[in-house]
Amino acid sequence: MAGARGARVSDYTADEMMTVTAARTLRDRMTCFVGIGLPSAAANLARATHAPGLVLIYESGTIGAKPGSLPLSIGDGILAQTADAVVSVPEIFNYWLQPGRIDLGFLGAAQIDRFGNINTTVIGDYTRPKIRLPGAGGAPEIAGCCREVTVVLRQNLRAFVDRLDFITSVGFGDGPGARQRLGLAGAGPQKIITDLGVLEPDDTCEFVLTGVYPGVSVTDVQARTGWELRVSPQLAQIRAPGPDELTALRALQAEGAEA
Amino acid sequence: MAEIVSLSAAIESAIHDGDTVAMEGFTHLIPHAAGREVIRQRRRGLTLVRMTPDVIYDQLIGAGCARKLVFSWGGNPGVGSLHRFRDAVENSWPGPLEIEEHSHAGMANRYAAGASGLPFAVLRGYAGTGLAGQPASIREITCPFTGEQLTAVSALRPDVTVIHAQCADRAGNIQLWGITGVQKEAVLAAQRSVVTVEEIVDELEPRPGAVVLPAWTVGYVAEVPGGAHPSYALGYSARDNDFYVAWDAISRDREAFTAWLEREVLG
Repeated sequence: MAGARGARVSDYTADEMMTVTAARTLRDRMTCFVGIGLPSAAANLARATHAPGLVLIYESGTIGAKPGSLPLSIGDGILAQTADAVVSVPEIFNYWLQPGRIDLGFLGAAQIDRFGNINTTVIGDYTRPKIRLPGAGGAPEIAGCCREVTVVLRQNLRAFVDRLDFITSVGFGDGPGARQRLGLAGAGPQKIITDLGVLEPDDTCEFVLTGVYPGVSVTDVQARTGWELRVSPQLAQIRAPGPDELTALRALQAEGAEA
Repeated sequence: MAEIVSLSAAIESAIHDGDTVAMEGFTHLIPHAAGREVIRQRRRGLTLVRMTPDVIYDQLIGAGCARKLVFSWGGNPGVGSLHRFRDAVENSWPGPLEIEEHSHAGMANRYAAGASGLPFAVLRGYAGTGLAGQPASIREITCPFTGEQLTAVSALRPDVTVIHAQCADRAGNIQLWGITGVQKEAVLAAQRSVVTVEEIVDELEPRPGAVVLPAWTVGYVAEVPGGAHPSYALGYSARDNDFYVAWDAISRDREAFTAWLEREVLG
């Protein structure tokens, strides 16, 4: 048994560990505003495993989508065909997101800072960017209006920066009280889930390391963080993906690739 | 009042050099055939408006049709970058591209204001973001009833909106369903419109949840089966995800893109 488990554990990827960790944070019957990519994979994995009643909402206006495989875009036909309701884009943002009806927003990022503010707009100077990124999409209002937010991204010095090149979406702004001053109703980012572990905000709104994956050391994580990352006294050792989680995730991805 | 014409006649009549043009369709029902016709007719100096520029505007930008882009998310969905858009912004190729960028919520509300005949829309948005520093289209506003600080965004009023729909009848009434995005607002906000459809039918079948644009709200209607490809029309076609993936290599390189343009659009 131990041998079989060991063999299983040795063959998952860092992205799979990250996706499984993100999926575990979702509770059954939550409403979840999902972006494409890792967030969508995590949300669909949760729905396929421990949270069958999870309500997936995509910005294309599909509410309660139940895709059997991972869609490539937020507007694949399978989302509309399996949704409880399909509404217009003005409606999804104005009636559904803006009033704070949605429990959790799931965001990605190109850069993130210690207060969970996000850049998805440019690397370098705005007027002469080194890299022009896609931009805001739904993220600023998802970050502002969802009851809470989880950010999923790979951890390295390009992404975890001391200072963002551009603020696309607000986490905790410049610290305690900023969200209230800006009139942002939601609680803001409560978790950053990376390929090394999990960060959560402390009472100064700064993100600190609260969990690491098997085989990852605190110094590994600090070496890939562009600010002096503090470590929670209750640092958790996050368990490796179980066989059921990996099987379900790979099935979702295999069907997505075939579709 | 709707006029049923060929696609080339519709673009010829509706879109002129220097116009502000919105081609909408949120992943679904993107009017790709119309976009390629604009490239073929070599329109120049356009202000292109679209929430998700997507592959359709990557093509128009690379072909040199655009002077300015108004948008909220410029990526290849599920794949990565829009390389022609990036090359224009980062290196001014094939020419400089002015940009005005928003969030999705802001763009959707700007169209809704245009459709409503209002000068602006109000939302909870942009506060604390770098996007807020664009006073031409985003300002703070105080609620006259509660005193709350909110955000105003200026209305979008395109010269022309172009959409693709599943059906029209012979009078030019338009019906679309599935993910209907912001197309109704974009058409009603515009001075003129072009609608391509999968098919023209004798009678539109009533469908719960469908958007109907009565003939008197649209301009030119052209029958273009498959006109959304590589996007899709629910009930008629599936999204060609392989093309979106292949676009990454075609668009990454200026020569490969130019060869594609010559072969698939201009040739």
